[in-house]
Amino acid sequence: MTAAAIRADALGHTVLAVPGMHCAGCMSKVERGLSALPGVAEARVNLTSRMVTVDHDPAVQPRQLVQALADIGFESQTRREELTAPPSAAKPLLAPLAVAGFAAMNVMLLSVSVWSGAEGSTRELFHWISALIGVPAIAYSGRPFFSSALGALRKGRTNMDVPISIGVLIATGLSLYETITLGEHAWFDGALMLITFLLAGRVLDAMMRDRARAGVDALLSQAAQGAMVAAPDGTMAWVQAANLAPGQIMRVAAGERLAADGEIVSGNSSFDQSLLTGETAPVLARAGDKVLAGTLNLEAPVDVRVSHAGRDTTLAEIARLMEASTQNRSRYVRIADRAARLYAPAVHTLAAITVLGWLLAGASVYKALVIGVAVLIITCPCALGLAVPVAQVVASGALMRAGIMVKDGSALERLATVDRALLDKTGTLTAGKPQPDPAALAALTPQESAIALALASHSRHPLSRNLAEALIAKGVRAAPLEQVEERPGEGVFAICNGTATALRRPDNADAMGVALQLGDAPIRLLPFADQLRPDALAALARMQALGIECSILSGDAPEAVAAIARQTGLTGQGNARPADKQDAIQRLRDAGRKVLMVGDGLNDGPALAAADASMAPASASDVGLQAADMVFVQQTLLALPRAIKAARSTMSVVKQNFALAIGYNMLAVPLAMAGMVTPLIAAAAMSLSSLLVVGNSLRLVRAAK
Amino acid sequence: MTGLVVLIPIALGLGLLGLAAFFWALRHGQFDDPDGSAARILIDEDD
Repeated sequence: MTAAAIRADALGHTVLAVPGMHCAGCMSKVERGLSALPGVAEARVNLTSRMVTVDHDPAVQPRQLVQALADIGFESQTRREELTAPPSAAKPLLAPLAVAGFAAMNVMLLSVSVWSGAEGSTRELFHWISALIGVPAIAYSGRPFFSSALGALRKGRTNMDVPISIGVLIATGLSLYETITLGEHAWFDGALMLITFLLAGRVLDAMMRDRARAGVDALLSQAAQGAMVAAPDGTMAWVQAANLAPGQIMRVAAGERLAADGEIVSGNSSFDQSLLTGETAPVLARAGDKVLAGTLNLEAPVDVRVSHAGRDTTLAEIARLMEASTQNRSRYVRIADRAARLYAPAVHTLAAITVLGWLLAGASVYKALVIGVAVLIITCPCALGLAVPVAQVVASGALMRAGIMVKDGSALERLATVDRALLDKTGTLTAGKPQPDPAALAALTPQESAIALALASHSRHPLSRNLAEALIAKGVRAAPLEQVEERPGEGVFAICNGTATALRRPDNADAMGVALQLGDAPIRLLPFADQLRPDALAALARMQALGIECSILSGDAPEAVAAIARQTGLTGQGNARPADKQDAIQRLRDAGRKVLMVGDGLNDGPALAAADASMAPASASDVGLQAADMVFVQQTLLALPRAIKAARSTMSVVKQNFALAIGYNMLAVPLAMAGMVTPLIAAAAMSLSSLLVVGNSLRLVRAAK
Repeated sequence: MTGLVVLIPIALGLGLLGLAAFFWALRHGQFDDPDGSAARILIDEDD
């Protein structure tokens, strides 16, 4: 079937997340690979959000698309409905920015003529044109500030938008009055320039946030979103997680995650619960045992009768715990708003004193008011409004290049204050996936390694895949095999150069590992264990040097925690349930500590949400990714001290920016109070102080080094 | 002075034209995928 043969209105839509796309080559490979499939009308990649939208015949199943992408080497997942279109924070600000920029430039053009000596009717004409452009432009593009200021005032609070809105509105009102009464000074240019600068800062800030969020979204939804359901008559059908119902029988293949809680009906296998509980050792389960949604089936296919699905699973219970603990976070007041609480009353008092002073000195009411208004215009916090967002944009950009995505604007502020860190064990301190013992791997002969790689590459079992990865990393080439056969629950069997070979589960299944058998030669046992992340010790030493006390907080068995604690020299607590982790954080917070939580599992979700700041590795569960403020992509744990250092230097730059902005005010305010400020001086001073603040913030480009 | 009567409307009109073009681009999804647009120019369309 060709694309033209499909009627446009009968098309199905599927959105797939493809986190591995990063260049033009990947884009065209993905688009062509999908378009070549029968029944696919069009495939369009969005590289920013790492997603591809496919228009296809409704008969084409999303699983076929995922398979087609896997064939050309891209891992992908179908998106859940609610995640397909993350709302952009930058887009609604683009149109106001364009209008403000257009108006500011044109009004500035007219203002320059007035400043350079246009007199009489020419000046009046220019003022009127400025008013015609300026008033509607300010009304339209100032809305983001006005509505935010109004929202804050309604709740009886103030934020940075309050003095900004007052300054802009008063400048516009005075200019309009001056224009109508054919006065000498109009301030439209200043008001518009202020709005343009501030909007530009906010757009940049929002774009950075959007990028980080898109990066995290592309990592989401690793958990199974459905299952093969066997009907009583023997037919099999793929059912989405939301449509699974208690009583149905799911057939779960090795390497698949469970989509719902249930009870095993037939088959036995081991399950990796590390995302759910933090436990590394696989749990054996046979017919009659209960298994939980989100766990990974490691060994053999099993049939599971669904007991709870969708909103009733253990997963959903953890989500409820998390919702309750996000209040800490929302009570945090950002530094810009704390500054505004001091700043706004101060400048308004100054303006009032100015008016009173001039009245007492015998000036007319009109003159005193105009000078008072000039004080408000000149103190309008342009540089102050840029001080925080620009510094954070530059720092977030530097961190993103270093592989750390900052999801929340206030995260850097909160992270800078941290003095205590709690680290999860499985998946955070350790890599979270069992690796073959390096010593046992080194003991293999080249021939054994080559056969082991060949056998491992024929299996989807997680241990096989990790073994293959480790061998490929060592530069091993696979040996040619014949008659390859994978027996579920047993291993991979094949013939190599006439000898029977096998990579299978060891006879005594006490420890995690695989056995390599070559003909009659003695069996090689390869033990697997969860290893510390590379650079974990160096990272912890750096954290210590930054004055941050670290300890382990894990859901795993105390013995496993003790082993890692010995290796790292940290103290540790094991067997912590999600609520225990939350309590531990609350106790530290009550003792006045600022806590950073680093974790990846579902069980860490509530703790991540409750801590002052939180980080998660990219391999984390959906819940972990969503709850954390920052997500680090690289394997190394050095991301932690790096992010904290960047956060601290960001805050010191923000404080310098505040000092610069206030210093400018200390110079300009006496002039304004003396009645000597003209629109020209105001425009020059405002842009100069803004440029200073932006220039100072640019020093953060290397913050993540 | 009479020059201004012609030149100011022309200057404003050109500016408005640019603004209108930007709004058109915004509404037609030209800013949906900035990274992709930057990369797409490198793809050879030989089929």
